[in-house]
Amino acid sequence: MHSLDPRLLRRTRSARPLLVIDTLLGIGTGLVVLLQAMLLARVVSRAFAHGSLHTLEPDLGLLLFAFALRGALIWGMEVSGRHAARSILSELRLALVSRRLRGQPLATDGTGGAEIAAVAVQGVDALEAYFSRYLPQVVLACVVPLLVVTGVALVDLESALVMLITLPLVPVFMWLIGRYTETRTRERWQALRQLACHFLDVVRGLPTLRSHGRAEDEVATLAAVGERYRRATMQTLRVSFLSGSVLELASTLGVALVAVVAGVRLVDGRLGLQAGLTVLVLAPELYVPFRRLGSEFHASADGLAIAERMLALIDAPASALSGGARLAPSPAKAAIRFERVSYSYPARSASVLDGLDLELLPGETVALVGESGAGKSTVAALLLGLIAPTSGRISVGSVALDSCRIDAWRRHVAWLPQHPALLRGSLADNIWLGDPGASYSAVVEAACLAGAEEFIAALPDGFRTRVGEGGRPLSPGERRRVGLARAFLKDAPLIILDEPTADLDPSSVAIVANAIRKLERNRTVLVIAHRRELVEQVDRTVRLHGGAVIAEPERSAA
Amino acid sequence: MKSTLLRALALAPAPRSRLLLVAPRGALAVAFGVGLMATAGYLISRAAERPAVLSLMVAIVAVRFFGMARPIVRYLERLVSHDIALGVLGGARTRFYEGIEPLAPAQLGVYRTGDLLSRMVADVDALQNLHLRGLQPPLVALLAGAVSVGAAVVFEPIAGALLAAGLLVGGLAIPALGRWIAARTARRQAAGRGRLCSELVELIDTAPEIAAYGGERAALARVSEADRALVAIERRDALSAGATDGLGVVITGATVCGVLAVAIAASAAGKLDFVLIAALGLLAMASFEAVIPLPASARELSSTLAAAGRILELTGQEPAVRDPEDPLAAPSWPFAIALEHVRARYPLQPVPAIDDVCLRLDPGERVALVGPSGAGKTTVANLLLRFLDPEQGRVTMAGHDLRSYRQEDVRRAISVAGQESHLFSASIRDNVCLACPDAGDEEVEQALRRARIWESVCRLPEGLSTHVGEQGRELSGGQRQRIVLARALLADSPVLVLDEPTAHLDPGTAAELVRDVFAAVRGQTVLLITHRDEGLDLVDRVVSL
Repeated sequence: MHSLDPRLLRRTRSARPLLVIDTLLGIGTGLVVLLQAMLLARVVSRAFAHGSLHTLEPDLGLLLFAFALRGALIWGMEVSGRHAARSILSELRLALVSRRLRGQPLATDGTGGAEIAAVAVQGVDALEAYFSRYLPQVVLACVVPLLVVTGVALVDLESALVMLITLPLVPVFMWLIGRYTETRTRERWQALRQLACHFLDVVRGLPTLRSHGRAEDEVATLAAVGERYRRATMQTLRVSFLSGSVLELASTLGVALVAVVAGVRLVDGRLGLQAGLTVLVLAPELYVPFRRLGSEFHASADGLAIAERMLALIDAPASALSGGARLAPSPAKAAIRFERVSYSYPARSASVLDGLDLELLPGETVALVGESGAGKSTVAALLLGLIAPTSGRISVGSVALDSCRIDAWRRHVAWLPQHPALLRGSLADNIWLGDPGASYSAVVEAACLAGAEEFIAALPDGFRTRVGEGGRPLSPGERRRVGLARAFLKDAPLIILDEPTADLDPSSVAIVANAIRKLERNRTVLVIAHRRELVEQVDRTVRLHGGAVIAEPERSAA
Repeated sequence: MKSTLLRALALAPAPRSRLLLVAPRGALAVAFGVGLMATAGYLISRAAERPAVLSLMVAIVAVRFFGMARPIVRYLERLVSHDIALGVLGGARTRFYEGIEPLAPAQLGVYRTGDLLSRMVADVDALQNLHLRGLQPPLVALLAGAVSVGAAVVFEPIAGALLAAGLLVGGLAIPALGRWIAARTARRQAAGRGRLCSELVELIDTAPEIAAYGGERAALARVSEADRALVAIERRDALSAGATDGLGVVITGATVCGVLAVAIAASAAGKLDFVLIAALGLLAMASFEAVIPLPASARELSSTLAAAGRILELTGQEPAVRDPEDPLAAPSWPFAIALEHVRARYPLQPVPAIDDVCLRLDPGERVALVGPSGAGKTTVANLLLRFLDPEQGRVTMAGHDLRSYRQEDVRRAISVAGQESHLFSASIRDNVCLACPDAGDEEVEQALRRARIWESVCRLPEGLSTHVGEQGRELSGGQRQRIVLARALLADSPVLVLDEPTAHLDPGTAAELVRDVFAAVRGQTVLLITHRDEGLDLVDRVVSL
């Protein structure tokens, strides 16, 4: 059981001050516990000596104050824990997004935005329980028993010895029982997960079960499997619950032992009433932090799981090209070369590209064709440095791409992806992404070129129409034309167009094909396409199959 | 709320005999703890009067008894409460399954897709906490509190009344305050969380283009602004959200001081033995153990009830498709199947999925149904399986409305294989045998041969016993479709509906698959539902939707 992942301490600025604050508040709590016990014992022993309520009022007032102080310390620990949880998660999620954007823009591990948002935003609840409830208990379990034993020793050494005898038994027995049940407990957890998976599987497959008339048989199976699991798990719990009971037993027996020993010595006159009561009130406080620690254990597991997931996502190896310090020459002047380039996604064994050789000369328009899954879009991602080749070399002119500054290189490239993204904002903003410094008229012009102006002008708000989440939904064809306008606005020497005319009606296809023809002058264009309209007007067609180039037909007439 | 609780209890049934054991055991554990502190306080006070040791024996035995007995009772309580939780988990799953079985898939609404369904399954699992963490703690607090107050009243009625008041505030007012604060902060944070979530989702999902166009800095600024706004609200809310535990300690302290003051006054007036002052004070302090878990249990109860509410909303629906009172006998082959001017609509949908569709399949005929995605092709499959009934028009089998047959007979006559067919996380054999559990390995082999996948199965290390993984992930897309096809072939229904069998396959694999499908069927009526070109040359007729 890790109380605090050391990586969290190293990585976040907010975790360390929290530990300091919790330790200080923990020591404060320990001292207040001592104060509370002494005051309680004093009130009772003075009442015993026939003090009237009137003379005891100040002491009672102090006792109430001690309780209030303890309450305030608990509050302080909770609030600081909650604050820390917030700050830590905020630090982690900002680190995560900037890491994703710079190191893994293409989610090669398959972790989508929704999953990350679930961990990075809703995860705060689990993390908060961890920092505001579990961590303070860890600190209290370290600090309070120490102070309590010291306090008791100062009042009555013998009682302190009794406590010290019972205390070490706890971890020894917990360890013994824990060891004995460890494998079986893990087996039960495994079985529980399998059971949950089986249930989800059955529920998902319900239509299939129904269509084959087997749905009703499954009820009996579910009931039987659940019952079998319950019986087996109870067998394990009978032993593993003993571990918690040892702590409980040590705690109650410790109190009983202290009370009986103190009582006998009181009769002998070897101990005063006030000392005896102080010791008695303090005795349970010795064990309380340990018991609370056990009951907050689940909070710890959930919270740590969130933190670990975040750290794992942040520390995942970069999939993007990391680049270097050199400046790549412009593709308007230098040829781009793929030499024996291979690429495979981390989770899959089969490679998408396998020893690809490809050359793009300045000013050339090349069509890249092939079946779906042949690796056409992967070539685009590699060219942009969104992913790094598993092996092989990509170079511009005489410079290897991985020794170049990637952000500077990407300024030379405009890209229409297969599924163009829409950012929340106006249509104009979305086109502006291509070149934030462009004028409004340039945006309109790019939209015209992409065949998007017509549908945008027909909208009531025109270029100011809000799109993206919560905005006006766009059809795939409209979306593609916006993405195309974005690529056209960025006046780059290399243009990559991934299926530019998919989802477009014939008249739009003609507009786009025309626009591409205009662009071709003094630019390098790579078109990924099925459509004949586009393939006909290129200088060269490259066919991908099985991750490599096959038969390259000679230059066709433009 | 109350009816949700009762209906949630019906969803998560627990055996009453075991249920009756839990709260008393839990209360006894708390009461023994209270008894331990009270008798120990008495023992010490009495000992200070220096009587003969023998006169303390009763107190000493009592202290030891409470010290020994409490962990034992607690252990027994934990055992039985976990036993109940496990039983409830099994029962809730079975009942949920029975509840949605007649509804799937047409009436499952947004839960028709896997992701949301897994969230619903998590809700079902949450029901196991209903008794363990939701209902038991208040019961335990009630019983144990009553015992403590009763004991205090015996010695000093006013002290007992004070204790009762303190416990009520600690057990009712504080959890209520906690819930109120939690609801308020959740409301205040919802907008901020929503905004940050959508910024994050957008950034991660559009990251390739943002990176390609050099828009990193602006995108990060948007996220960090949303983050800053949320953290500011959250930090302000932390002050109130962290207050309940501390307040609980203050209430405990006030009650203990009050009880002590009353006891001191009573003993000064000669109405109470001095040795009982410590006992009463410690009794009051220890009895608050009963109310400590209540704020957490209130939270648990409301989240479990919310989960139950979501489940009930789904399972509470009346099944739209029912068997007739007086069903016709299953028709004998050959027979035709037809859709006659059918309009069909999924529950709660504003627009019909299909409208005025006519389609006739004569015995042994091979027909392709084509149309763009969203045209309602899968709805036709759902209608043929009677997962959905037409709103207007009718579906007929052998000239009679499908609604006049038993559902079982309809589904025996018509098999569907396709993109929505589920592969269970089991062996290839079990998946193929689904339609006829009694089939032997030879029949399974035959079906796999006809689906042209027998050879690939043989090459797998464990052959027919190879596990296909969750949703068939261990297999390729083409292999999955062929296993599904083998399953439908083994079912040997006179009518075979292939719903987008080539979705997600590359053109080469798709063409091969469709060719093999048509080679495998013998005399059956086949309806091929597709939005692609493969196989259209192999059918008798193409109908577009």
